[in-house]
Amino acid sequence: MVTHMKEARRMPGAEWLKNHPRWLERAYLLSKRAITKAYPVMKRIHPRFANWLMVRSEKVLKGWVFNCQMCGQCILHSTGMTCPMNCPKNLRNGPCGGVRPNGHCEVIPEMPCVWVQAWERSQKMLIFADDIKVIQPPVNRTLQDESAWVTMIEGRDVQTPKGWG
Amino acid sequence: MRDLTTPPRSRLERVLRSGRFAVTAELDAPDSADPNDVYQNALVLAEVCDAINATDGAGANCHMSSMGCCALLTRAGYEAVLQMGCRDRNRIAIQGDLLGAAAMGVRNVLCLTGDDVSAGDQPEAKRVFDLDSIQLLQVARMMRDRGVLLSGRKLRTPPQFFLGAVENPFAPPFDWRPLRLEKKVRAGAEFIQTQYCFDVPRLQQFMRRVRDLGLHERVYILVGVGPIRSHKAAEFMRDRIPGVWIPDAVIQRMAKTPKAQQAEEGKRICIEIIQQVREIEGVAGIHVMAYRQEEAVAEVIQRAGLLPRRPRRDWDRISRMNRMDQVIQTTKTNSVDFVHSV
Repeated sequence: MVTHMKEARRMPGAEWLKNHPRWLERAYLLSKRAITKAYPVMKRIHPRFANWLMVRSEKVLKGWVFNCQMCGQCILHSTGMTCPMNCPKNLRNGPCGGVRPNGHCEVIPEMPCVWVQAWERSQKMLIFADDIKVIQPPVNRTLQDESAWVTMIEGRDVQTPKGWG
Repeated sequence: MRDLTTPPRSRLERVLRSGRFAVTAELDAPDSADPNDVYQNALVLAEVCDAINATDGAGANCHMSSMGCCALLTRAGYEAVLQMGCRDRNRIAIQGDLLGAAAMGVRNVLCLTGDDVSAGDQPEAKRVFDLDSIQLLQVARMMRDRGVLLSGRKLRTPPQFFLGAVENPFAPPFDWRPLRLEKKVRAGAEFIQTQYCFDVPRLQQFMRRVRDLGLHERVYILVGVGPIRSHKAAEFMRDRIPGVWIPDAVIQRMAKTPKAQQAEEGKRICIEIIQQVREIEGVAGIHVMAYRQEEAVAEVIQRAGLLPRRPRRDWDRISRMNRMDQVIQTTKTNSVDFVHSV
C-alpha cells in the first residue's frame, strides 16, 4: 500500500474472508452467543483481566480481518462485514458523493471505497442483508478503544443520545 | 413530503409545492471580508433563481463561511440555502450553527458530508466528520420537530427548517444510490440536490429507480447543472473535483470547439441538459452551479426559458434594488452602521 493512512491497511487473507460474508455472519452469531455466556463468568473471576483479554483479542482478531479501528460499537453485520471506520470520513450510513468512477476512495485513491465493497458484500449475505438500510446513530466517541464485545454485552453500544430519536 | 395543508417553512418550499420548475443557484463565497462581494454576486443571481445557495468551503477550500453569506443574504431579503457540512465541525458546533442560522432568518438547510480536506488548499487540516450527512439530517429534524438538542435538552424556540440533502447519481455504487436516497428521506430530507449532471442517460436510470421506490412523491429533486468554461476547465473538474463525472463525449465536444467559442459551447451544453432534465418525471427543478461565473449562470437560466422566476410587481423589484443600493452605500461608508441599516 502506498498510503500511510491506517484506514488502508489490509492483512493477507482478510479480503477473501470478507468477500465470503456468509461465513462471517455465522461466526458473528456464534461468537456473540459464546461471548455473552463466557464473559460474565470471566468477569466474576478477574474483572480487569477479562476486560484486557477481550480488548486484546478483539484488536488482534478483528484487526486482522476487518482492520478494526476499535470504535467500541461494532456494526459490521449491518455494513456487509466491512468496517465503516475504515472510511476516511468515518461514514456509518453509506458512501459519500466523492467515490471515483473506478469505485475507489476519494481520499485514498489506491483503496477501493469501503462502501462500494460493503454494498456488494451485503448483497451476498443471508441473515443481515437488509441491515444496511438501517439509519446508524452518531458514533459515541467515548467508547473508542473499548472492546465492542464488552459494550455489546453491557448494552452500551446501542445507547443513543436522548435527542436522537 | 409533508402534509400540504401545513404552511410552507420557506419560500423555496412554497415554490416547490406549487409545482413550478424550481431554480436555485450557487453563490461562490468570496475570499473577502467585504459584504459587497457577497451582494454583488447575489444581485445577479437573485433575479434568475428562487433561492441562493451559499457554499460551505466548497472543495475543501477556505472561503467566507456559508453562515456568514446566508446571514448577509437574509438581511437583504433574499431566500438563502445554508450549506452545513460535516468536515469542519463536530456535533456541538453543528447544532449551535443551526440555531444561529435559524435566528438569522435562514429557512433552508442543505446537509452534506463535505469534500475531504485532501481535495482543498489546506490538506494539512484535521478532518472532523463527527456526524455523517444522514445523522446530521436526523439531528436537524429532531431539533425542529421535537424541539430538542441531541443531548435531549429542550429548545425554547425550535428552528423552522426546510431540510435538504445531496445525492450523487453519477458515482458508484449505482444500484445503492436510490436506496441511500430513501435513507436520507427517512432521516428527514425534504429536497435533494444532485451533483453536476453531464450524463443524462445515467440520471434517467437513477430517476427510474427513484420512481419505482415512490421517492419522487416524497422528496423534491433538484438536478445540479452548470456551464463549463473551457475544455481545460472540463478536464480539471473531471480529474480534480471529487464526485464530478463528465463523459468523454462532452469533453471531446469541448475539445473540438475553437478556444474562443468554448465558453459559449459550455453554456449550450448546459442548456441542452436542462431541457432534457425537465422532461424527466420526478425532477422538481435545477440547481445551477458555476464557479465564479454568475453572469453565465444568469444567461443559461434565461436562455433555457426559465424566466421570469417570480411574478413580481414592479415596485417590489424597484424597492428592492433601491434598498440594495442603500445597503451597498452604507457598507461602503461604515460597515458597523450596516448592521442597523437593514
